[in-house]
Amino acid sequence: MNDLSMASTATQKAFDVQAIRRDFPILSQQVNGKPLVYLDNGASAQKPRSVLDAMDRYYREMHSNVHRGAHTLGDRATAAFEGARETVRSFLNAGSTREIIWTKGTTEAINLVANGLAPKLKAGDEILVSHMEHHANIVPWQMIAERTGAKVVPIQVTPAGELDLESFDRLLSDRTRVLAITHVSNVLGTINPVNELVGKAKARGVITLLDGAQAVPHFQPDVQALDCDFYVFSSHKLFGPTGIGVLYGKAALLEDMPPYQGGGEMIERVSFERTTWNVLPYKFEAGTPAIAEAVGLGAAIDYLNGLDRPAMEAAENALMVRANQLVETVPGMSIIGTAKQKVPVMSFKIEGLHPSDVGTLLDQQGIAIRTGHHCAMPLMDFYGVPGTARASFAFYNTLDEVEQLFTALQKIQRLFA
Amino acid sequence: MPATEQDFLNNPLGKNPTLEDVLDGFEFLDDWEERYAFIIDLGKQLPAFPDDARIEENYVHGCQSQVWVISHFHEASGKLYLLIDSDAMIVRGLAAMILIALNGKTPRDLLATDIDELFEQLDLFRHISPTRGNGLRSMIGKIRDIAAAHAAE
Repeated sequence: MNDLSMASTATQKAFDVQAIRRDFPILSQQVNGKPLVYLDNGASAQKPRSVLDAMDRYYREMHSNVHRGAHTLGDRATAAFEGARETVRSFLNAGSTREIIWTKGTTEAINLVANGLAPKLKAGDEILVSHMEHHANIVPWQMIAERTGAKVVPIQVTPAGELDLESFDRLLSDRTRVLAITHVSNVLGTINPVNELVGKAKARGVITLLDGAQAVPHFQPDVQALDCDFYVFSSHKLFGPTGIGVLYGKAALLEDMPPYQGGGEMIERVSFERTTWNVLPYKFEAGTPAIAEAVGLGAAIDYLNGLDRPAMEAAENALMVRANQLVETVPGMSIIGTAKQKVPVMSFKIEGLHPSDVGTLLDQQGIAIRTGHHCAMPLMDFYGVPGTARASFAFYNTLDEVEQLFTALQKIQRLFA
Repeated sequence: MPATEQDFLNNPLGKNPTLEDVLDGFEFLDDWEERYAFIIDLGKQLPAFPDDARIEENYVHGCQSQVWVISHFHEASGKLYLLIDSDAMIVRGLAAMILIALNGKTPRDLLATDIDELFEQLDLFRHISPTRGNGLRSMIGKIRDIAAAHAAE
């Protein structure tokens, strides 16, 4: 096989969704007597076999505590663990692994940053978030605001589900200390113009955090190009294991922040007179970390790196296009979130049907979606709905599955007629 | 308008249809569409719920849908009457089923009724299991608490 035919085989593999599906063991099962159609990827994505194998192999062959030195297994575990950190650094294009902190997930990462920035905040300061944030990017800031007297201020969204940039320009002021905003909305799928937002915020010396939880499953961010101060995401939405996530932070800011939790690993020296902190990133990693999960996340990123990313993004886009075409086949159905820049996430309502009923009856047909407020109650209030039904697609979903969703919705509608 | 005693006594669920009617009817439905059409139909039989009773005190928190429940203890007969409301049709249907099993019973009889077993029998248990955030589990708990308070009197 010459180089050219190898390259074309690799490309073909990337386009072959059926081959990709075989990498995800969970997808081949039946639910309620029907083949599983998993469209709840925004809540949590499924894991390729290589992730399961990497974690299994870690426990079988190299498990031990990390950074404790003295024996071979410890060296192997540490190498695997720190290797995963390097994989994440490269994925985000961060400058150094010192800037990659393991957390439990996006939520803990935001809490860590909010707590770390608290000493910089005082009464009258403002923390700018948006109306489309997940509760995880609202509540930690509210808790810090309560402690410091600062105020959490939301940027408005437009009816189409885009950030209202005039509202942003109006609210960004001399009082603004932090801009904490989602890269991609979990409810609407909107990709926010974060380059512009971060640029304007930085020009005023505002500290910036981007919540990348819903972005990284669909495209790869470059934290140096974005120039944000913090970028956070969860492994489990990125086809990796639960229980681990990532905080990227610029080293200078991380150095400046107090530790989040105290305990082992995060210290340099402990005495009852004076305890000093370990260097980055360990200063923020108290206790034995989720080692196997870090290894699993590394394997998930390796898996993604093996795919043809442009082809994958094109395939995802085709799913969204097909879904949008089919909306009119379900009378009374409308999409919530029609931003120009979107990842394949479709929140919808159907006149006369409650989202919870839609979810229950799709489940009967083997189709998994999310219904409810999606941990974004302010956004539900904005749209005047108690909740939405949300189908969120991943690269392993097929056009046939999109069509099955709509056939199932038509069936449900007949049931209520 | 607030609920009057008559509103509670007029709630037919429990008398018509009876639990036997429902069990008999349900038995002959074999695919999910017929089963859920039946449940949705039952939900349509829930009596109107007084608007002013949709308050926090009567609200049962669920992540997916909202449920309200109010009760009236009829001293003369010693029976407990219930009214339930929800914004989701399937939850309304399941609530109707719960009413058919529990409404108009003495608190002791109510407490002796095993709702979990009934829902197991109907293969609907997952809808009232603690893993579903539809509020029905908490609602059943609330009804049992009310009954227990009256039974203790």
